[in-house]
Amino acid sequence: MSEDSGKRQDSQRGISRRNFLGTMGAGTLGVAVSGRAAPAQGAVAVASDGTQPVTLRINGRRVDLRVEPRWTLLDVLRDHLELVGTKLGCARGECGACTVLVDGQAQYACMTLALEAEGHEITTVEGLMHGEELGAVQQAFVEEDAFQCGYCTPGQVVAAEGLLRGNPNPDLAEIQEGMSGNLCRCGAYDHIFKAVRRAAQLKQLGTG
Amino acid sequence: MKHYLPDPDQIPGEAQPQELPPWGETRVVGRSLSRVDGYELVSGTAVYTLDLTLPDMLHAVIVRCPHAHARVVRVETSRAEAMPGVRAVLTASTPGAEIPWYFGDDGPTSRLFDSHCRYAGEEVAAVAAETVHQAWDAARAIEVEYEVLPFVIDEAEALEADAPAVHEGGNLTEQREFARGDVEAAFAEADVVLGGTFRTPCELHAPLETFVSVARWDGDRLTVWDSTQGVFARQQELARYFRLPLTSVRVICPYVGGGFGAKLSTGKYTVIAALAARMTARPVKLAVTREDSFLSEGNRPANTIRLKAAAMRDGTLTALEGEFLGSVGAYPSGAVSPYLLLALYDCANARAATTEVYTNAGRARAFRAPAFPPCAWALEQTIDALAEEIGMDPVEFRLKNLATVLQLRDDLPYTSIGLRECIIEGAREFGWESARSRPQQDGHLRRGVGMAAGMWAYPGEPRATVFVKLFADGSVNLNMGASDIGTGTKTVMAMVVAEELGVPLEQIQIEHADTGTTQYAPASGGSQTVVVSSPAVRAAAVDVKGQLLEIAAAELERPAEGLVLRDGQVVPIDDEGAAVPLAELRGLRQRQNIVGVGRRHPHPEGKIALPFCAQFADVEVNTLTGEVRVARLLAAHDSGRVMSYLTYENQVFGGMAMGIGFGLTEDRVLDSQTGKMVNHNWHDYKIPTAKDVPLEQTCVPIDPHDTECNTTGAKGLGEPAHIPTAAAIANAVYHATGVRVHDAPITAMQMVRLLAETRGD
Repeated sequence: MSEDSGKRQDSQRGISRRNFLGTMGAGTLGVAVSGRAAPAQGAVAVASDGTQPVTLRINGRRVDLRVEPRWTLLDVLRDHLELVGTKLGCARGECGACTVLVDGQAQYACMTLALEAEGHEITTVEGLMHGEELGAVQQAFVEEDAFQCGYCTPGQVVAAEGLLRGNPNPDLAEIQEGMSGNLCRCGAYDHIFKAVRRAAQLKQLGTG
Repeated sequence: MKHYLPDPDQIPGEAQPQELPPWGETRVVGRSLSRVDGYELVSGTAVYTLDLTLPDMLHAVIVRCPHAHARVVRVETSRAEAMPGVRAVLTASTPGAEIPWYFGDDGPTSRLFDSHCRYAGEEVAAVAAETVHQAWDAARAIEVEYEVLPFVIDEAEALEADAPAVHEGGNLTEQREFARGDVEAAFAEADVVLGGTFRTPCELHAPLETFVSVARWDGDRLTVWDSTQGVFARQQELARYFRLPLTSVRVICPYVGGGFGAKLSTGKYTVIAALAARMTARPVKLAVTREDSFLSEGNRPANTIRLKAAAMRDGTLTALEGEFLGSVGAYPSGAVSPYLLLALYDCANARAATTEVYTNAGRARAFRAPAFPPCAWALEQTIDALAEEIGMDPVEFRLKNLATVLQLRDDLPYTSIGLRECIIEGAREFGWESARSRPQQDGHLRRGVGMAAGMWAYPGEPRATVFVKLFADGSVNLNMGASDIGTGTKTVMAMVVAEELGVPLEQIQIEHADTGTTQYAPASGGSQTVVVSSPAVRAAAVDVKGQLLEIAAAELERPAEGLVLRDGQVVPIDDEGAAVPLAELRGLRQRQNIVGVGRRHPHPEGKIALPFCAQFADVEVNTLTGEVRVARLLAAHDSGRVMSYLTYENQVFGGMAMGIGFGLTEDRVLDSQTGKMVNHNWHDYKIPTAKDVPLEQTCVPIDPHDTECNTTGAKGLGEPAHIPTAAAIANAVYHATGVRVHDAPITAMQMVRLLAETRGD
């Protein structure tokens, strides 16, 4: 019984549209506790162009840059760091094309301010590669033809990675739940489910 | 298809008829191979138009009319022009912006910035700035004074005498009538006559990559990176808008993040980007926001279809009659089609009348089988009801009335028709008979199964030119104009090359969808891409093969007829040990390249090649909440040869997923008080998620081995996969509950109401 409930909790590490708000709330709280203490935040000098300094850790690398407070993590990744594997779909937390890992957990980059991301480990689809080699989830998506136009695919891949890190052996219902925060208008869901199962196998075999 | 795709019969043809014999056993085609661009798609290295940044690039945004119907009185831009980063502000009075706007071929009906705004979302002004944030800041500072006009958003109200006129000349855009036989007499003599009025919702394309263009001028030459389904169509339209020779307009689109028909025709955003780029002498990117794309970049219009049908007790369908009403939105487009009603079943007496109107709403665009899913929704539910009325199984009733010729076109024969097999094999694999008779009630849950048939009408625009280039080491470059909109076009075409040249897929490099470097192909829409381009690819590969074998025959001193190409080698059929790798052919090294040219052959004379399908649904209805859960789906398709099973199955499931949305959740809602769309986002406009598709889905390909349709034997797949799904679900809901749902989508709220009405609550 305890094993069951543990699994259920883990399966919710992937974002679903239903638990998204909860996730966001926790994310915001996490930021407040973990570094940018309130007084320090108030004391940060805002330059005449409206920007503030921020230090981010993205795919294991430290990045120092200046951002406007309104810029999202997605804006910074795509427009300033040219990490365009993370896609812009809706900019309002509905489609999941911008899914990244924040401390290993899938999160929408469009609903995360760049300033909030400070102090957290950010992983994008590019960060799942081993050099030029595909990671396990990526390899599984290719094998199972788990995409059509491919635009939602990086978000799906990252969401699947987040799901599997929390629950290395999800059943079909857990996969469906765990992947429900990522829209695919081409409707490749069936193959995506197969790919997540395949990825779980590959990870257990230690390939990729 | 009017307004969407060229009429294939009107294309002047001088290409040679097909000469290549049909394939026998294939070695590569038909296999389940990974996509040739899979690595790029999963690694994030595929650069879509929205991902593109050019040096010195500006960002543009569009200011839109917030009213359903209004006249622009004044646009005040001075405050915006003075804001940081702003490099250009465009309005109707900007020099160069007085561009007449075309919707289809009927002449200009609007302007780039029309002072008469006919729907909430119409383009009024634009701003180009250094950053997208600066552009939005400036756009918000533009003050527009409107004279707000009375509006009409309801199709029926639009036809009333005192309705507000969307255009001068009234709101009626077109009325058409079709008739054969004697419908009145057939109704009078029939054993059973029934009918009803069906409504389908306005459905939005909502591709994951939004509508976006990046434009750059080099002197008088324009290059546009555009998220489009067809670069050549876009090139032609941009050349017309900017009065340029075709050669001065280059359109490029290596990856397109979904289109579903919405990215076939040119949107104003593309021309605005090009205009802003010319004004500023800088590259300009314009991405339509998600919310705005729902307003302005196309939809499948709502349909109201009144159907009446008649049959004899022996199961003969004797009459079909339909009245269709739909709105094209605020500008010319297509809204309804009775094609399916008049073509799917053998019926001697049939009549249809269509009415299309303007309303103050976003303009319709082609959307995956334009007008077919609505017609299937009405027709296939009516056929289901007729079968029940005469006490016949719906599968048997359909089988008894299948058409064998295209009655719409003087009984034109088909090159092949696998519809009977689709229904029979589909029903067998689905377990139709046992599912139909199993217990239906489980507490408050009711289970039921239903089916629907379909066909698609567009045989393709038969013109495309393809180059295949063989390098000295035996690797290959495939150069084709077709776009891969996610259907696996690149992979399938590479498999055709591999089939003919015996080269492994990983040694085939593809150039595509670039008007500057590839040859003409029609846009990827209408389920025509494989149908049109794969025979051209095959012809080009065969051209290379002929030249290569000629070289090999001379060097090996064997007749060319005795040689085959396999695994990167020339292999003598009767002496496989004497095989020679292509890289060792002296003649090839001497030439360095062998280039083959292939052209699409015309369609067969006196016949037509079209795809058919039958889909089966198993649903569970919660009678307390009204929720409909699709538990199982099966699709049996005759789309001719299966070029690649993986992409075939994927596309079929995708079409059905979209059908679940059409049948159960998707519905553009316009507010009756303001005429504005209220659900222009993915939160309120519900497209299917991972949790809305059944875990049990089956794809049953039916290949009639068509040797006449074209030289690869493939027919289209993308549209038919979406056509009957919603109707099959509705028939299953009826089987489960005894409630005939006339209005799509079958929302929980509607279902609860209908169940209560049936119980007499």
